[in-house]
Amino acid sequence: MAPRALAIAAALALAVLTLGPVGVVLARAGGFGAFGPGDWQALRFTLWQAFLSATFSVVLAVPVAKALARRRFAGRGVLVTLLGAPFILPVIVAVMGLIAVFGQAGLVNRLLGALGGPNLDIYGLHGVVLAHVFFNLPLAVRMLFSAWAAVPAEHFRLSASLGLSPRAQWRVIDAPLILRVLPGAFTVIFVICLTSFAVALTLGGGPRATTVELAIYQAMRFDFDLGRAAALAVMQLVLALAAGLVALRVAGQAGFGAGRDRILPRWDGQGGLARGWDGMWIVAAALFLLVPLAAVVLRGLPGLLLITPDTLRAAGHSLMVALGSTALCMAWALPLATRRGEFLALPAIAISPLVLGTGLFLILRNFVNPFDMALPVTGLVNALMALPFALRILRPEAEAVTRDYGRLRASLRMTSLAWLRLVWLPRLRRPMGFAAGLTAALAMGDLGVIALFADPDRATLPLQVYRLMGSYQMEAAAGAALLLLCTSLGLFWLFDRGGRLGAEA
Amino acid sequence: MKSLAFTVAAGCLSAGLALAETPVLTVYAPDYFVSEWGPGPRIEELFEARCDCDLQFKPGDLLPRILLEGDRTEADVVIGLNTDVTKKARESGLFAEHGVDLSPLTLPIDWTDEVFLPFNYGHTAFVYDSTRVDAPPASFDALLEAPDDLRLVIQDPRTSISGLALVLWVQSVYGDEAQAAWEKLAPKIVTVTKGWSESYGLFTDGEADMVLSYTTSPAYHIIAEEDETKKAAIFPEGHYFMVELAARLATSDQPELSGAFMEFILSEDFQGMIATGNWSIPAALDRDKWPDGFQKLDLPENVLFYSEDEAAALRGEAIEAWRRALSQ
Repeated sequence: MAPRALAIAAALALAVLTLGPVGVVLARAGGFGAFGPGDWQALRFTLWQAFLSATFSVVLAVPVAKALARRRFAGRGVLVTLLGAPFILPVIVAVMGLIAVFGQAGLVNRLLGALGGPNLDIYGLHGVVLAHVFFNLPLAVRMLFSAWAAVPAEHFRLSASLGLSPRAQWRVIDAPLILRVLPGAFTVIFVICLTSFAVALTLGGGPRATTVELAIYQAMRFDFDLGRAAALAVMQLVLALAAGLVALRVAGQAGFGAGRDRILPRWDGQGGLARGWDGMWIVAAALFLLVPLAAVVLRGLPGLLLITPDTLRAAGHSLMVALGSTALCMAWALPLATRRGEFLALPAIAISPLVLGTGLFLILRNFVNPFDMALPVTGLVNALMALPFALRILRPEAEAVTRDYGRLRASLRMTSLAWLRLVWLPRLRRPMGFAAGLTAALAMGDLGVIALFADPDRATLPLQVYRLMGSYQMEAAAGAALLLLCTSLGLFWLFDRGGRLGAEA
Repeated sequence: MKSLAFTVAAGCLSAGLALAETPVLTVYAPDYFVSEWGPGPRIEELFEARCDCDLQFKPGDLLPRILLEGDRTEADVVIGLNTDVTKKARESGLFAEHGVDLSPLTLPIDWTDEVFLPFNYGHTAFVYDSTRVDAPPASFDALLEAPDDLRLVIQDPRTSISGLALVLWVQSVYGDEAQAAWEKLAPKIVTVTKGWSESYGLFTDGEADMVLSYTTSPAYHIIAEEDETKKAAIFPEGHYFMVELAARLATSDQPELSGAFMEFILSEDFQGMIATGNWSIPAALDRDKWPDGFQKLDLPENVLFYSEDEAAALRGEAIEAWRRALSQ
């Protein structure tokens, strides 16, 4: 029963870390505070933008992921990695990249201006949704893409030898697959967008685009109203859990069974029209996701010369935090890779980092000096925040392995160790590589709870970017941001590649 | 061999004791203070040269953190507070009187606060690039009446000090007409950012023509970049006063050191360094002793400021006027 004990321990740690800090903040405040003026408007806006952002992200992800899954072309592997980049980009860097492309003085407007077209205004609800799609489309694409890659090749061969029409194949393979993956992807993205703050504010164009997280920030930092902050944070949690419950009801169809893991050519979609269609989606997604990244790179190049030992040290700290978070998150995720575990983990994305940080600060200062704990706490919080993503990636695959190979295990009477070593881990290598890469990159770019736990000698790289900007060093900040982009992407690539080594998909 | 080991051990021990005897002054400071571009390292160097102590900065949140820690805070001094939090800070009872003679102050307003000590100041202002804006507005009224294609970025009053200063500025210039003024300004506002850094980044990227910043911002460009094209538009209606403050904690276990630090803040060493250290005007230094770039600055004649009680009373209303006007 050891695995079960492990799962319970992991679940308990999760519950304590997500609900504990809120409880402590609440206790300190002496109860919930009343909502302020504009809080209800903030709630409405938050829900609406999260709904729109998640809808556009998952709907657009379907043709892109399908095209990437069935086409083979030079540079496909690199493209798949690069397309994942926006999701792991620090918010401030990504927003600057988007503005360089879609802003008033951006690329699109300069092109339109040269052609005598109208001036495009990015600021508003549409800008917020655009930015959220930019961040989250890669996540949805990768989830779908992984699911398509996990369909045994025998299915496609069978469908080809039966001469199924594209419509029939859609009905038999694609549609069930999409139905299985999409609700989960929608929920995760919806919940991420619930806690959006800086993106919504910068691109929203003003107080119309106020989110709940901004109200929490205001209550916490400006009004010192812990009660109101706790009330808002609990509201955010309840919304996330409600979304999670709905997704659990909708999703959960069976997978596609086991195959022999051979890479077979695909016979479907070889017509000119299908090729053109797929090509169009791949090019459109690449342009949308990669041009802003290129803008970040271009802005950062001159600043690379201004990188100082301080910045490099900060990069080292971030690297340590990222690796620690990744190890912790993987160890945490494997015992929880079940339906119940995933539901339990969902609040971890929806919990306000500000409230989490404050709660942890209040707890920890009874035992240690919080300043000495800056990096460990950042690592822990990042592992916690990445856990829902890791589970979203691991859980369907983990369950499929148990379902598909459980009979084999029983008939061979495999020991737990042999099962883990010979079946479970090898079969989960690809999603684990992806999940680890994602965790590492997210931990690299996250500012998280550092404001209360700042340590003068151990800044992280994102914090250094902010410090430089706060001292008029915009060019140096752009250079540091580019360094951050490269290290995040590098880490992601290493882990993701490690997981895919030897498997061509 | 044994004696060598003994000597080494004794040496380490005495070094450890010496270290333990050096008193430590713990200073909470805003995050940007401690980067190599901020004023922190120079303050530390100058003060340690005169105090025989170890000054340690703890960057991050200031008042939120101190209020959470209460009387168990390890801070001896906090530096970098703004006037928007002094009321709350004073009411917490956690702060002690600074005990410094205020007569050397050279602020444009009277300052008699016995708890919060100013170390540098500036004013809110809209900063523009003179190569892009030919005819900058000459007054606040002219800014309101400017064509709507003049693009501004400002900061959110609910998340940033400068954003809050702006709504108080509008409130003090337009009073009951504040919301109407915001309605005229609204079409020109490209976007509202969480903090100053994001706004200034948008401005230097050419995304906006004018940015809400400080009268002292051009000094950075003049001195550090030898660029005189960035200017602050000066309005005869007046500019809102922004001052940065330091204070001692009543619970400090180093009352003498923290007192010495307070004295140090108004000393010529500190004041002579802070202009280029923090890109603000020294609080106690005559204009002829400012660095050249600062002497070149256009500064307002009329300075607007609300006391902390007035500001606290007006703040909710001023933010609501802003929110209503910009939400339409």
